[in-house]
Amino acid sequence: MTGIAYDARATWTLMLRGINEIARVPGAAIPGVLAPTIFMCGLTAVFGSLTKLPGFTTDDYINFILPVGFLQGAGFTGAATGVNLARDIELGWFDRLLASPAPRGVLLSGTVLSASLRVLMPITLLMIVGLVLGVSFPGVDGLLLGVFLAACFAAVAACYGVLIAMRFKTQAAAPLMQAGVFMAVLFTTAYAPQDLLTGWLHTVAELNPVTQILEAVRQGFVGDVTWADTWPGLLSLAGLGAVLIGLALRSLRRAGA
Amino acid sequence: MTATTARLPAPALGLGARLRNESRVVAELGRRSVRQAFRRPQFLAPIIIFPSLFLAVNTGGAGQAVNLPEFPKVHGFLDFQLAGAMLQSTMLAGVSAAIALALDIEIGFIDRLFAAPIARASFVLGRLAATAVMGAISALWFLSIGLIFGAHIEGGVAGALVVIVLVVLNATAFGTLGAALALKAKSASTAQGVFPLVFVILFVSSAFFPEALLLEPAKTIAEWNPLSLIADGLRDPIISDLSLRPTLEALGGIAIVAGIGSALSVWGLRSRIRNA
Repeated sequence: MTGIAYDARATWTLMLRGINEIARVPGAAIPGVLAPTIFMCGLTAVFGSLTKLPGFTTDDYINFILPVGFLQGAGFTGAATGVNLARDIELGWFDRLLASPAPRGVLLSGTVLSASLRVLMPITLLMIVGLVLGVSFPGVDGLLLGVFLAACFAAVAACYGVLIAMRFKTQAAAPLMQAGVFMAVLFTTAYAPQDLLTGWLHTVAELNPVTQILEAVRQGFVGDVTWADTWPGLLSLAGLGAVLIGLALRSLRRAGA
Repeated sequence: MTATTARLPAPALGLGARLRNESRVVAELGRRSVRQAFRRPQFLAPIIIFPSLFLAVNTGGAGQAVNLPEFPKVHGFLDFQLAGAMLQSTMLAGVSAAIALALDIEIGFIDRLFAAPIARASFVLGRLAATAVMGAISALWFLSIGLIFGAHIEGGVAGALVVIVLVVLNATAFGTLGAALALKAKSASTAQGVFPLVFVILFVSSAFFPEALLLEPAKTIAEWNPLSLIADGLRDPIISDLSLRPTLEALGGIAIVAGIGSALSVWGLRSRIRNA
């Protein structure tokens, strides 16, 4: 078997193992799968009247909030990946992986790609419930773009989870992983358009790169998909990915060195 | 199994001495639970960190809601949101208590307590005492950050004290539900699965937004949800002068939760003892 074929097979096996976590620890996976849908329904019921404010970009709040669920699902899935890795470290399983001939890049790609696939579960549930509740179909291009961005964001969030897991080496760091993605996704234009945000959140959302990703996911739900609204999201994702993949790889290379 | 749960004979003591002994046991188990919460961030984060982040996002993201015509007159949206944050914190304190208790069951700690010459409800009462302490910490935390970030407590010092007492009682009430959950689930991961349910119940109450502005069917459900009584009672001393009716209604809501939680806990404890 060639080196590339070996790496691909090892990545695939690690990815399948990551997906199997859903069946192995369903109690830990269920909240992540249900949470985005619960938040979409709950936030629509609670803050739905905000659309009456002058300057709100849609008159149906569920269209505005559903894309937040895409990124929330991706973020929680990424954090869960970090928690799973922390458990593997605690149990000593990860030490055996480090001792194997698999390159560190393969260990990372297997882990983060499993997050990209796992995110399809919460997103599928979210879309089904959303469509039943009257969400406007974003078009095939809008939907594919949203799924692609969410899958990539899950991988980026998983890199963050790996970074924290490698730093603290304990599941006790789970709140740090979850709080990190929670802030990244919600300290944006999640609840209201930029002009309607108040105080510190107005500034933070403007600087937060996840705002651009969210706006790119959202465009099909509240309007048409355009390149002008897409490229800032792709650029932000690429930037976040470059930084977090680099840091996660460095933490893996340092482990057991 | 019999060897681990066989009870040691209790020394013959008068009622007063027995009560003193049990109080000491409950206090010690309560202290252990509080220490556990501070040692393990998984238990503290849902009570303090996540409700604080949610409070921050709600306030910054939906702050313009105060300009809606139907919104009640308040000093600021943060003032309105504080009650929701405290309610969320106490409910999550109940779930955290459930997870911690389920972990104690998983590692066999509760079976060892069953074998000790102490009342079998002691470990539940100890956990409830700790949840009450976490409630007090939560109330002080949210009132403090509220004041730091510009909220006003219109009810003054008396109003703040009423809020603290209501939060402590509410945390204890949700602690009883948490205990019942742990005793029936017996597994920490199952108890953890209840987290999303907390948000479902909160979203269909007036915890985060005025009942009149909620969309249907949440609006109708919120009218019947006892959590709305608790949220409105907690909010009243913050956004207006202290008045008796909302406080009594909040106590009524807490009593409903505590009644259901206590009944389920007793049922769970009996099943647990039977199966031990």
